[in-house]
Amino acid sequence: MSEATNHGAAAAGDGAAPFEPKIIAYVCNWCTYLGADLAGTNRLEYPANVRIVRLPCTGRIDFNLIVKAFEVGADAVLVSGCHPGDCHYTAGNFHARRRWVLFRRLLEAVGIETQRIHFSWISAAEGRKFQQVVTEITETTRQMGPYRAYRQICEAT
Amino acid sequence: MLEALRQRCRKLLEDKTVQLIIGYGQTAAHDPAFPLFITQPDEVAQLVWNEQCFCNLTKYLLKPEIRALGKPAIILKGCDERALQVLQQESQINRAEIYVLGMVCQGVGRPRAPKCESCDVPVPRWADEVIGTPHAPREDQVERGPQSDLSRSERSTLAPRYAALETFLKKSPEERLAYWKHELSRCIKCYACRAVCPMCYCNRCIVDKNRPIAIDTSPTLKGNFAWHISRAFHLAGRCVGCDECTRACPAGINLRLLNLALAQVGEEEFQFRPGMEPSAQAIIGAYSLTDKEDFIR
Repeated sequence: MSEATNHGAAAAGDGAAPFEPKIIAYVCNWCTYLGADLAGTNRLEYPANVRIVRLPCTGRIDFNLIVKAFEVGADAVLVSGCHPGDCHYTAGNFHARRRWVLFRRLLEAVGIETQRIHFSWISAAEGRKFQQVVTEITETTRQMGPYRAYRQICEAT
Repeated sequence: MLEALRQRCRKLLEDKTVQLIIGYGQTAAHDPAFPLFITQPDEVAQLVWNEQCFCNLTKYLLKPEIRALGKPAIILKGCDERALQVLQQESQINRAEIYVLGMVCQGVGRPRAPKCESCDVPVPRWADEVIGTPHAPREDQVERGPQSDLSRSERSTLAPRYAALETFLKKSPEERLAYWKHELSRCIKCYACRAVCPMCYCNRCIVDKNRPIAIDTSPTLKGNFAWHISRAFHLAGRCVGCDECTRACPAGINLRLLNLALAQVGEEEFQFRPGMEPSAQAIIGAYSLTDKEDFIR
């Protein structure tokens, strides 16, 4: 996976072809994944820049996965799950929310662009919200350009 | 103070209250003190107590080979005792099986360790006995507690312990990343920061797991960033700021800044400082319905 995505990103970012952001979305199985599914069945078109990774719960979304996404060439990351109170496992999203409050501040201290990391609550009924969020993220990332700074870190030997 | 300490240790060993003393030894007067393990009453003359006693000895309470020596008495400063408190909260130690000799501390290191500049625990609070006379706290060391209704700049003046971080955060994000690129390029992945940390007690660390490989194990910049982010964040809401990682680092990387960033957000958002209050609920592993979510759409 990493080989293909790295080369693809380099070609899109530096070549003549217009830059197409690569977005990795970590979504929970019970809400946002079904929201994305609903967007599909309702024929709500959203940018193909997003790669969805389905996980059991936002509580399972390890912070290392966010770092990993940038390592394999993502220009932005979306983390999304059930609205507070709707968690299939009762409190997974509450634990996750608290973790992100802390994690964002650590990344700020390291100098990683936290505006490339997006969080949202999207329920299984919110196909339209999924479409909107993904479209917005794709547009803002397109304007920010490829995340060259972290790519340089990953390519240094 | 040193004589009182040696006498107490001799007594504790002689009357078999404990089988082991975990304290500090030293080869020459101005050398850094090293951990010393004493089992015989006659050996107490080797114990020292001075400003070179920097290291946090709580780590040794977790080692099976040390535990096998019998009930220990451990010499702790007020800051080290915070680590003991966290280990107790995390069920890593049985406090009843440890005898704590608390030392009143005027600050350690030469030059003074950064953590000592804003120390608010010069006197151990939960020790079985405290050796030394408490001095009146300096004006700038008086604990003021979390001030959540103040702006960030106002708070930083109230919490001098975050001064180094505040200075660092004045840099732009690009400058910060450049700083860490420069610093972390020296990391050789010796994992001294992990080995010395009293909170890093997992039997199997995430970097040692190879299916799947979460963190690139080679000492490239990529792997070093992933490791140091991971190390710092696994200590979120647990790091007591003993700065052992920073002291142990052979490359001289100021890991303290990362720990401070997490300590500050813990205090600002959750009014929590690890190891300060036995009854306080830890940040990680708990949640509140009112946690901040202004960054979630």
